Amino acid sequence: MAGITLNDIRKSYGQVHVIKGVDITVEDGEFVVFVGPSGCGKSTLLRMIAGLEDITSGTLTIGDRTVNDLPPKDRGVAMVFQSYAIFPHMTVRENVAFGLTIAGASKEEKEAKVAEAARILQMEHLLDRRPSQLSGGQRQRVAIGRAIVRKPAVFLFDEPLSNLDAALRMDMRMEIGKLHKTLGATMIYVTHDQVEAMTLADKIVVLKDGMVQQIGAPMDLYHNPANAFVAGFIGSPSMNFLDVDVKAVNGNRITVANPSLDPVEITARHGSYTAGGKARLGIRPQYLTPETDRRSGQLHGKVALTERLGAETVVEVTLATGKSVIAALTRDAVYPLGSEISLSFNPTEVHLFSE
Amino acid sequence: MAAISADNHGLRLWTRYAVLVLIAIIFVFPLVFMVMSSLKPDQQLLSDTASLRAFLPVGDISFHNYTAAFERAPVGLFVMNSVIVTGITVLFSLLICSAAAFAFVFLNWKGRDLVLTLILATLIVPFETYAIPLLLIASKLPWIGFDGLTWGWLNSYRVQIIPFIADGLTIFLFVQYFKDLPGELIEAARVEGASWYQVYAKIVMPLAGPVLATAAILKFLVMYNQYLWPLMVVQEEGYRPVMVGLQYFFQLNVAWGEVMAYLSLITLPVLAFYLYLQKAFIASIASTGVKG
Ligand SMILES: Nc1ncnc2c1ncn2[C@@H]1O[C@H](COP(=O)(O)OP(=O)(O)OP(=O)(O)O)[C@@H](O)[C@H]1O
Ligand SMILES: [Mg+2]
Repeated sequence: MAGITLNDIRKSYGQVHVIKGVDITVEDGEFVVFVGPSGCGKSTLLRMIAGLEDITSGTLTIGDRTVNDLPPKDRGVAMVFQSYAIFPHMTVRENVAFGLTIAGASKEEKEAKVAEAARILQMEHLLDRRPSQLSGGQRQRVAIGRAIVRKPAVFLFDEPLSNLDAALRMDMRMEIGKLHKTLGATMIYVTHDQVEAMTLADKIVVLKDGMVQQIGAPMDLYHNPANAFVAGFIGSPSMNFLDVDVKAVNGNRITVANPSLDPVEITARHGSYTAGGKARLGIRPQYLTPETDRRSGQLHGKVALTERLGAETVVEVTLATGKSVIAALTRDAVYPLGSEISLSFNPTEVHLFSE
Repeated sequence: MAAISADNHGLRLWTRYAVLVLIAIIFVFPLVFMVMSSLKPDQQLLSDTASLRAFLPVGDISFHNYTAAFERAPVGLFVMNSVIVTGITVLFSLLICSAAAFAFVFLNWKGRDLVLTLILATLIVPFETYAIPLLLIASKLPWIGFDGLTWGWLNSYRVQIIPFIADGLTIFLFVQYFKDLPGELIEAARVEGASWYQVYAKIVMPLAGPVLATAAILKFLVMYNQYLWPLMVVQEEGYRPVMVGLQYFFQLNVAWGEVMAYLSLITLPVLAFYLYLQKAFIASIASTGVKG
């Protein structure tokens, strides 16, 4: 019973405004991921929810309580830090039991709950070790163990996997996903990593410069980005953007072209356009297909680079305008360097953004 | 080529050892001189200073000076007084200065930086400048003890202890150390439900081993070597500390042999204790491993 609402939340350090009016609603049991470039305020937002940072203005509620002025311990949250932050002078067992010890739990209760957390995270054999005798992944387990043992209603994760290597990251990512299903708790998860965001989230919040850019389900953001920033941020390799001239406007049907793009009519989902003006056309690399016949595509240029990965081929094409675009194919293919190439796309699968 | 460079290396190593040995000698010889002299009658002690015999246990060697020292001054009483004053001051100093530093580093309160600056500014004020005002204040302060309310702190342990519990240097040492502790450890403890007091007692202090050792040693040295202040505030023999006890040997004729015996008695145990602490000190840094 612990949804979270942020209502016009702001944070300033003196004259520096770091969070500039954020509204987010997190449903009970939801897994919400905050993404955004470095310095956009993800950690600050998370730390305000945890109570580690004062809220300059706005209202924060957890469950049905306004918690703006409550200290961290009264908010019913647990947090996992990027640096793990496990206590170096305690054994793993003491670390995991720390919250229970503070709450004055009995010895039997601690034993039982620590054992359960250790079982869920498969670290029974580590309980008597010191943190200095653990690997990075094991330390992360301990940090998660410490968080789950108190059964809080809300979990906050600040880039918990960013210090792990790629393989371990994938394992831990899946475990966190499983953990969310098992515990059914509300989780807020901060990450830089697209894959983590797309795979774990019920809902993604894209942030930039302390402002929310868009909130939605992963596929919602992928297929219907609200602006060019979200479109460029979600998806990998990132979306190609072309500066185009608006040739004709017919309701929300906009015809655009540029020297390397044949005129094409697009249905705009948002923004306002005037004939003779400028716009940005966004095309995901996966939706660009090289044509063998050089006249049948809409976009023309020369092959600048081909990366063959076996199951995938990434082609970089330099357009007549000097701009490069990337096409990603799901098969092996060879395109001679410098050869002329034409790329086609389906006008319903591209995105138009007003300037 | 290789042989030359090996020779070169050997030479450099040899030079380094020579320098180290020289420094060690400079530090150790006064101690050797003190101990050797304490074993000799005054006459021989003085004549030996003209030669290297001053550093050797030769001639008429005995423990006579030690028995004489015990007869002349209540050595045991002085040592006990110093141990009481030093021990209590060190203990309370560690507690109070670390708690103060905790408030300066981890808590947010109005005027925090200003107060810290003022405390650090006291570091450059020498004790001699405020010794007299402090004496005047101490002579008038009230105290509630076993015999009810009394006025004036002179001739007591408390007058030797309380003014030295909190000091800028110790607070500064703790502040610097606490600032270097990983902030997320403290935040993790807070989120886990710890109160500020629990953060202090369960997280910060257990990780403060190295700075506790440093602060304790520095405070110990200051307190054990107290001379001017107890001279000013303690007239009764019952509260006199070791350094003031030295005066007993400087009346009319200086009994140098007994002086040396007394000094050996009060310094050597401390030295031994210090060497032991040094080991513990290094071990504590190695075991907590918070410093990287
Ligand atoms: N104590 C502070 N005083 C002034 N500015 C601060 C302070 N703490 C953070 N900031 C600023 O707030 C902004 C947001 O910081 P925050 O740590 O939330 O970013 P982030 O999105 O978590 O970035 P990253 O992905 O790199 O972790 C940054 O521009 C940072 O410089
Ligand atoms: Mg961050």
